[in-house]
Amino acid sequence: MSLLVVEGLTKTFGGLRAVSNVSFAVEPGAIVGLIGPNGAGKTTTFSLMSGFQRPTAGDVFFMDERITGLSPDAICLRGLTRTFQIMQSFPKLTTLQNVMIGAYARHTTVTAARRHAMDIMSRLAMVERAQELARNLTLADLKRLEIAKALATSPRVLLLDEVVSGLTPTEVDELVVLIRSIRDDGVTIVMIEHVMQAVMALSDMIVVLHHGEKIFEGVPQDAVKDPRVVEAYLGEELLLA
Amino acid sequence: MSVRALLTALVAGVVLLGLPRFLGEHHMHVIIQILLFAYLSLCWNILGGFAGQLSFGHALFMAAGAYTSTLLLLHAGISPWIGMIAGGVIAAALGLFIGYLSFRYGIKGTYFALVTLAFTEIARIVALNTPAIGGALGLYIPIQTDDFWHLKFIQKSHYYYVALAFLLVALAVNAWLERSAFGHRLVAIRENEDAAQALGINLLRYKLQATALSAFLTALGGTLFAHYVTFIDPHTLLNMNMALELTIYAIIGGVGTLWGPVLGALFLVPLAEGVRAAFGQSYAGIHLVIYGAVLIGVILFAPDGFIGVLRSIRELRPRRAPAAQSSEARS
Repeated sequence: MSLLVVEGLTKTFGGLRAVSNVSFAVEPGAIVGLIGPNGAGKTTTFSLMSGFQRPTAGDVFFMDERITGLSPDAICLRGLTRTFQIMQSFPKLTTLQNVMIGAYARHTTVTAARRHAMDIMSRLAMVERAQELARNLTLADLKRLEIAKALATSPRVLLLDEVVSGLTPTEVDELVVLIRSIRDDGVTIVMIEHVMQAVMALSDMIVVLHHGEKIFEGVPQDAVKDPRVVEAYLGEELLLA
Repeated sequence: MSVRALLTALVAGVVLLGLPRFLGEHHMHVIIQILLFAYLSLCWNILGGFAGQLSFGHALFMAAGAYTSTLLLLHAGISPWIGMIAGGVIAAALGLFIGYLSFRYGIKGTYFALVTLAFTEIARIVALNTPAIGGALGLYIPIQTDDFWHLKFIQKSHYYYVALAFLLVALAVNAWLERSAFGHRLVAIRENEDAAQALGINLLRYKLQATALSAFLTALGGTLFAHYVTFIDPHTLLNMNMALELTIYAIIGGVGTLWGPVLGALFLVPLAEGVRAAFGQSYAGIHLVIYGAVLIGVILFAPDGFIGVLRSIRELRPRRAPAAQSSEARS
């Protein structure tokens, strides 16, 4: 069975159907891109999968276990962690301390957590920033910190919410390399992304949401050809290209 | 550096142990109050500072310790040393009850402060109207002789040593929080609940643990307070001033830091005592006005408290030092 299965996921806010009957499966070792125009329900889907919101209907299965309605911390300890589109760091703590908080998910002692955090930070080329307060970091470093914290919890599946958006092209390229290397280390990745350069380069599979509904699922090459996707999301810009 | 720290500790130790020899009764009284309130404020700091849950319920926890040990002593002749443990357990249970009600439903910040304040008020009214625990008249602790086992001393200096020992315990607990995984988790919750939860931290569990620990230690201080002043009643223990004072010492000194609450008590207790001595006859409660003024000043000009000010002074120093060294090297 697939590592992560989303089945008929639905979330309504009053009369608004933010996510409507969305289903997809994520295979181990894959990078899945979750795309769609603004307000399509991508981040809500992440919140439902990671336990921050309770679905109105539908289920999430992780490693053959139903995790619907579990709290985010319980889901994290099972091996599924998310990052936030609006970066959620601990601003008054140093970068190292930020990453250590994630490491405590797997390590009980401070020494072990610190060692693990330093390993993660050296992999992400953040060691020089270790003693810097999180609130003093640049946007690019904050995005990296967001990934570092989540990675420190040693996840099986990592949900990345727009970690590339807002970066310069060079920074995007660096992050693409980094995300691929994380996958190569055995972490399955689901990523919400607007930057098509990154999505196309990374994704093995793409799920497209529009008005809360899934309108496409398949390989990236087919996504750009699909008329519904083009109409809903990619727009004329891509048609011209 | 560690040699210097050791020397500092040694000097401080000698001064603190020898202090009672050089001071009169009144000064001893002020100093015991400083130690006691520094202790209580450090206990508050566990929940209010490290875990960031603003509590006005600590007057209640303190009263739980004071009442439990006093009642056990009066009715069953049980030593306050045992009574304070019983009081601590009751305070922790109260804390878990209030905490569960609040944290289970995501109540935090000012709302949590209001919930805890409401429980303190409820406790005050219940205590006022329960004759079995002294009602509005309160309870007197009979003065016997010098008796360590009954926490009764003729000389103030003995209370001083007990209070000093308490303070060291609270400092040790706070220092442990600064260095331990448990403390780091609490700080993570204070700084960003969503991020903490996403990283596997069970908010409810750690907030409740912090509440229980904080309430338990606060109750021990309540017992010591009761035996020091030998009289407890709802007006002194369960009023809003007490709830606010413990909070204010920590905020003015530096919330969530090891020495902040101590600095706060060290500054404010003598200030209040002095103001009370000078104006107490004509303007009752004037010390609260002063507290308010200091609090406003601190929030405006030093949001991280006295500790924050000291830190920024220290941070300025090393920048000058390397410059001085390099210029020396050149010459």
